[in-house]
Amino acid sequence: MFLVLCMFIPLIAALFMPFFFKKIRSIHTGWFVLIAPLFLVIFYASYVPIISKGETIIAQFDWIPSLGISFVSYLDGLSLLFSLLISGIGALVVLYSIYYLDRTKEQLHNFYIYLLMFMSAMLGVVQSDNMITLYLFWELTSISSFLLIGYWYNRDKSRFGALKSTLITVGGGMMMLGGFVLLSIMGETFSIRELIEIAPELATHDTFIFALILILLGAFTKSAQFPFYIWLPDAMEAPTPVSAYLHSATMVKAGIYLVARFTPIFALSEVWIWLVAGIGLLTLFWGSFFAVKQTDLKGILAFSTVSQLGLIMSLLGVGAIAYHVDGAQDTIFKYAAFAAIFHLINHATFKGSLFMIAGIVDHETGTRDIRKLGGLMSIMPVSFTVALIGSFSMAGLPPFNGFLSKEMFLTAMLSVKEFDFYNFSTWGILFPVIAWIASVFTFIYSFYFVFKTFTGKYKPEELPTKPHEAPIGMLISPVILASLVVTIFFIPNVIADTFIKPAVVAIQPFLYTNPDQVDIHISAWHGFQPELWMTIGIIVIGFLLFLVLSKWQKMYEASPPKLTLNNLYDFIVYEFSDKWMRNFSGLYMTGSIRGYLAYMFSGIAFIVIGTLFIKDGFKVTFVGASPIRISQLLLILVLVIGTITTVFAKSRMTSIIALGAVGYTVSLFFVMFNAPDLALTQLVIETISVALFLLAFYHLPKFQKVEERTRFRFGRAFVSIAVGVMVTLVALSAHSQKYIESIAKYYKETVYSLAGGGNIVNVILVDYRGFDTLFEITVLAIAGMAIYAMIKLRLSKKGGKL
Amino acid sequence: MKTNDVILQFTAKLVFFIIFFYAVHIFFAGHYTPGGGFVGGLVTASAIVLLVIAFDIKTVQSIIPINYLSLVAVGLIIAGGTAAFSMFMNEPFFTHYFDYFYLPLIGKTSLHTAALFDLGVYLVVVGVTMTIIQTIGEDE
Repeated sequence: MFLVLCMFIPLIAALFMPFFFKKIRSIHTGWFVLIAPLFLVIFYASYVPIISKGETIIAQFDWIPSLGISFVSYLDGLSLLFSLLISGIGALVVLYSIYYLDRTKEQLHNFYIYLLMFMSAMLGVVQSDNMITLYLFWELTSISSFLLIGYWYNRDKSRFGALKSTLITVGGGMMMLGGFVLLSIMGETFSIRELIEIAPELATHDTFIFALILILLGAFTKSAQFPFYIWLPDAMEAPTPVSAYLHSATMVKAGIYLVARFTPIFALSEVWIWLVAGIGLLTLFWGSFFAVKQTDLKGILAFSTVSQLGLIMSLLGVGAIAYHVDGAQDTIFKYAAFAAIFHLINHATFKGSLFMIAGIVDHETGTRDIRKLGGLMSIMPVSFTVALIGSFSMAGLPPFNGFLSKEMFLTAMLSVKEFDFYNFSTWGILFPVIAWIASVFTFIYSFYFVFKTFTGKYKPEELPTKPHEAPIGMLISPVILASLVVTIFFIPNVIADTFIKPAVVAIQPFLYTNPDQVDIHISAWHGFQPELWMTIGIIVIGFLLFLVLSKWQKMYEASPPKLTLNNLYDFIVYEFSDKWMRNFSGLYMTGSIRGYLAYMFSGIAFIVIGTLFIKDGFKVTFVGASPIRISQLLLILVLVIGTITTVFAKSRMTSIIALGAVGYTVSLFFVMFNAPDLALTQLVIETISVALFLLAFYHLPKFQKVEERTRFRFGRAFVSIAVGVMVTLVALSAHSQKYIESIAKYYKETVYSLAGGGNIVNVILVDYRGFDTLFEITVLAIAGMAIYAMIKLRLSKKGGKL
Repeated sequence: MKTNDVILQFTAKLVFFIIFFYAVHIFFAGHYTPGGGFVGGLVTASAIVLLVIAFDIKTVQSIIPINYLSLVAVGLIIAGGTAAFSMFMNEPFFTHYFDYFYLPLIGKTSLHTAALFDLGVYLVVVGVTMTIIQTIGEDE
């Protein structure tokens, strides 16, 4: 129970933040916030010894037991690692933000509420075993990310970035929900653990592949994979602590987590391997290639994040191959999942520190434009050191942790071509090649980032403020992260034993049951293997290309700006959804009543006639029909003449009179068919309505009182004929197929004995079915009052006041 | 020039009563022969309209000082009340009662609660028709 509560601790803490901000003005609210992640990181660290032995811990709190929805906190190697990353980097980011955000100028309570909300949501995502609550927390991360990106809501770019990231990630989240629902239908449970147990059985379902693709869409949108990465560069409008926390270390890894978590279920599918590895590799290349183009510090880091996430994703995809290889524990295939987790930890450390450095540079110089920066090395020595460590680690140089995971990445990629299923033997060679090219670009942008900022010519005249070293408080967090980067290089196997191996067991339960079985030893020096030669190649080629960067960087401008994914997004959101759809609805929402009537009448005629013939309902018999009399024929003749006159008359007056004639003929019909009550009422009502028509005619405005014939329109004629045909067909069919006897017999027998009357019509009206009459007179009353109100209450015209 | 409507007005005075009593007749006869509250109400309204045509709205209003909107309300209350009455006798909504009585002068007569309901209908119809005609007529 307490474990479940722990997921909500930041959310509960968030409730108190406005109080701290409003009442205790002299202390930065961040100090109070810091307590929550600090507590959590210590609390989760206390589980490390247990979990690293391969045990799992589970706690459950039922939310909607009748639907099987509950908050489950499931701690295994994978979720504990993520929980520690979230709370640990969370604490560092909060510390950093205390110095980054000004206590007097910023709306701190908003900021910290969103941040704590995000922290809760993220903990929920990685610990939830129940898919529905996982989705709940997943969307909560999207919402809090939206709020954080739009934190400076009076800037247009912030709002644009917030909207873009939300549209894409929530769209993906919806897809993921669909995948979850399909999975839960197939497996009849919401629990991921239970689904993993029946994974082979799930794969036999027809909808398995749909669930796979939908869940992958969720993961790809969240983790900024190709082609959904476009929201991440725009999300850089957020305050830098947010970028460091959400858009490098935690939220964008939610998709990675999802893929890792569902690998045991989907690994046996070829589509999964191809999609995850392929898209990951494409993203890796694409992100690193375009990172060199950026001129904004955070822009470089955003594309770099995209690229590194692609790297981890492709490793997870290759990790799924191990499922298909017999005895994979002893082969080269075992490295991929291990490398993925290792690089995930490394990326969180160096990317977090790099973002914080970018924030410091922005904060101290007033700009993030790399073209204006330069020569800051002697002014900001600490920042430079941290940036150097982070960048070298990102580039994959020793003695930093990025080197180790980059080597393992290359090992894993080289393993792909030895896999001889699913066309991998033919196309597998592409994997190490693309990975190598992407690594070259990674090297270039890492150097580009650090050396263009800190070395070269110092240009004080272009900087908005006079630069100086950041305050010590702001440097604490990046220094801690940078020292981790170095530390991990020297003690990689301690990290592996404590964190990575239990996580690998969670990802590949089909290979290992206990962390001790994962016999991978990380060594900084592994002899003259192909990986080492590749790294040397990366360094040499990358360095040469970096030296001549100014020569070929212009090449990027040659690509047509129309053909970008951002342009596609703008087209879909602003051009297609806004303008085209507006024009489309403008096409049929004309505002003309005639048009809408045409839709309705043609629609109903089409549906009814169609149904009549599809269901074979049309039948005509004349059994039981009465004989036709001459007088009836005469009346019908009058009726038809009256109707035709009404429609085709030139003058409206003629139409009114003809309509009256039709009404009186109808009342004659009532006389003929023995309905005296109807005849009486029809006669009087017809008189009144004709009088009202004449009144309306008399008051027509003079200038429009042109006497002209109704214009003939083919479409209208067609619709009216169709409706007429429909009514005739239905009436004929209904008359020809009477299945039950009329109720009239009962009325006839009981009208005197039960109701004490003689006029059946009237007795039905006031006695048998008086209810109808009651409301018909209510209708009359409402009509009378409405006419009274309409005529008497014309305030707007007379007084002008309402 | 002011037209003299003496013939019309004199005839209207006489004919009004004939029409009115005819309306009362078809109202009461409704349960056994054609007629009833609806037609009765319409015919009554037409009698009043005849007066309106012969004289004018203000004069008729002073002769028959009825607020027709209130008449509608009264009619609805009578109709609804008659229908609701049976609920107080622990019977379903809209249960009618009738029996035969010997009344002085008239003799054996059937008295029926349906007639009360019909009276409601009658009042509503008269009220609505007259409201419509009066408001439209008074409008400039």
